[in-house]
Amino acid sequence: MLGFIIQRFLQAVLVMAAMSVIVFGGIYAIGNPVDIVIPPEATQEIREQTIQRLGLDRPLYEQYLIFMGNLLQGDLGRSFVYNIPVLELIGGRLPATLELVLISVISATVLGVSLGIYAGYRPDSWVSKTIMAVSVLGFSVPSFWVGLILILFFAVNLGWLPAGGRGNTVEIWGVAWSFPTLDGLSHIVLPAINLALFKLAMMIRLARAGTREIMLTDTVKFARAAGLSEGTILRRHLLKLISIPIITVFGLELGSTLAFAVVTETIFSWPGVGKLIIDSIAVLDRPVMVAYLILVAFLFVTINFVIDLVFALIDPRVRHGAAT
Amino acid sequence: MSDASTPLRRFWTEFRENTVAVFALAVVIAMILLALFASVVSPQNPYDLANLSLMDSRRPPGFVGSGGYTHLLGTDPQGRDLLSAIFYGLRISIQIGLAAGFVSLTIGTALGITAAYLGGRIEALIMRLVDLQLSFPAILLALVMVALLGQGKAQLVGALVAAQYAYFARTAYGAAKAERGKDYIEAALATPLSGRLVVWRHLLPNCTPPLIVVATVQIANSISLEATLSFLGLGLPVTEPSLGMLISNGFPYMMSGRYWISVYPGVALIILIVAINVVGDQVRDQFNPRLRK
Repeated sequence: MLGFIIQRFLQAVLVMAAMSVIVFGGIYAIGNPVDIVIPPEATQEIREQTIQRLGLDRPLYEQYLIFMGNLLQGDLGRSFVYNIPVLELIGGRLPATLELVLISVISATVLGVSLGIYAGYRPDSWVSKTIMAVSVLGFSVPSFWVGLILILFFAVNLGWLPAGGRGNTVEIWGVAWSFPTLDGLSHIVLPAINLALFKLAMMIRLARAGTREIMLTDTVKFARAAGLSEGTILRRHLLKLISIPIITVFGLELGSTLAFAVVTETIFSWPGVGKLIIDSIAVLDRPVMVAYLILVAFLFVTINFVIDLVFALIDPRVRHGAAT
Repeated sequence: MSDASTPLRRFWTEFRENTVAVFALAVVIAMILLALFASVVSPQNPYDLANLSLMDSRRPPGFVGSGGYTHLLGTDPQGRDLLSAIFYGLRISIQIGLAAGFVSLTIGTALGITAAYLGGRIEALIMRLVDLQLSFPAILLALVMVALLGQGKAQLVGALVAAQYAYFARTAYGAAKAERGKDYIEAALATPLSGRLVVWRHLLPNCTPPLIVVATVQIANSISLEATLSFLGLGLPVTEPSLGMLISNGFPYMMSGRYWISVYPGVALIILIVAINVVGDQVRDQFNPRLRK
C-alpha cells in the first residue's frame, strides 16, 4: 500500500511540474504584458524600469525558475491590474465559488442518485421515462442558455428571484458567505440550479445504468431468496455496489464544476474565481491567468490522487494488481 | 424489397424503425440545407450594413420594418432581421462544428491507432498525455487555448480541436487495441503486406463504428462549446455572429423584457444540438453488439 501511495504521489508531482511548464510557456507566448502595465505616454526610462522590476528582461527559463521559486514559497506574483498579490485576489473570490460549487454538486448528487436508482429500478414506468428525458435535455442543452432561460423566467417574468450578484453575506471566520442569509440564499438558487443541471443528468445516468446492471446479478437474487425486503436490498447492497463509479464521478465533477462555474458566474455576475479569470483573460492579466491555471491543475491532480487512494482502499484489486 | 443487400441498406432499414431518430435526422438535414442556402431563404442579408437601419433595431416579432417585410422573429440591437441572422449564424456554427469535428477526428484517430499499433514506449507516451488531458474539462482547455491563440475562425477551431481530439484518440486507441490482438491482423502482418497497408486496409476500417459515434457527439459538443465561448466573448469577431454571439448580443436586453433577441437563436441552437445527439444515440445503439437482438 505504501509503495502504491509513493508511486502515485511521484506521478502527481511530475504531472504538476509538467503543467507548470506548459502553462507558464503558453501564457508567455501571448502578447506583451508591458503594453498593458505601462501607459503609452510613459517615458522610455519608466518603461525599462518597469520591465526590469517585473523581471521581463530575463530569459524565459530564468523567469520560470524565479516563478517556481516564489511559487514554492507561496508567492504567485502580483496582479498587473489590481496590483495586489494574486493569491490574495483569488483567495478573496474563492469562497463565493466554493459555496456555489459545493451546493450544486451535493444537491445534484443526492437528487441524481435517488432519481437514477428509481429509473433503473422501474425502467418501464412513465416517471422513469420522464426522468430520462430530462436527463437527455440536461446533457445536450448548453448550460449558458439554461442560465438565460432561468433568468428570463424566474427573475424577469415572475420576479421571484434575483438575476445576479451575491446578496447579503455573513462573515464567518473573516470570510463572507451568502448561504446563511435568506437574501444570500435567494441569490444562490438560480446559479446553483444552472450549475447543477449537467451533473444531475450525469448522476441520473450513472445511477440508472448501475442499478439496472446490479438488479440482474446473483447478489440481488440471493438477497431476495434470503427474504430481505426490497428496501434493504436497495440500501444495503445496491447503494454499496454502485458507489464506486459515483464516488469517482463526484470527485471529478467537483473539479470540473469549478471550471464550469466560469460560465455560470459570468451569466449571474457571481463574484467568484470564474468571473475573475474571464475578466483577466480579457485584459491579459498574466499573473492571474498563470496562478488560476496552476491552482486548477493542482486541484485536478490532487483530486485524481485522492480518488486513486480511495479506490485502493475500497477495492483491493487496485492496490495489489495493476500498479500501472 | 429484399432486405440486407448492402450493409448501408441494412443499417438504414434498422435506423428507420426509430421514428424519433428519423425525424431528428430530417431536422439535421433541414438545418444544414437552411445554412447552405441562407442567402436564398433569408429575407435580408444581415452582413450587408447598407441593408440595416437602426430605426428597426430591437423590434418585437411580427414588426413590419423599413424594408417593407415582416420580421417574423423580430430584430436584434443592430437592426438585423433575426430570422436571417439565425440562418447565417447557423451556417457559421455548423461550419465551426464540422471543421473542429473533422480535424479532431483525424488527429485523434491517427494518434490512437499509432499508439495501439506500435505499442511500447510510444504507446505509453501518447496515451499518458491523452489521459492527462482527459482529466481536465474541455471547456477549461478551450478557454485557455482561446486565450492563448486569440480571436478568429481558425484560432477558434484550433482551440476546439485541442480540447476535443483526446476523446477520439481514446476511442480509436480502445478499438484498435482490441482489433490489434485479433488473429486476422496477426495473419495479415505475417504476409508480406506492409505494416502501413495493414493499418489502412484492415485496422482502420474495423475501428470506424465507434469513431462515427464519437464524431456525431463531438460535432454537437463543438457547436455547443463554440456557442459558450462566443457567449463569454471569447469566440468569433462580432461582424459575423454565430448563434452563440447572437444570444450574447441579446443578453443585456433580456432584463428589459426583449426576450426574442436571445431566445430564438438559442432555440435554433438547441434544436440543432438535440437533433444531432438523438441521431448519434440511435447510431450508437445500432453499433452496440450488446444490444443486438
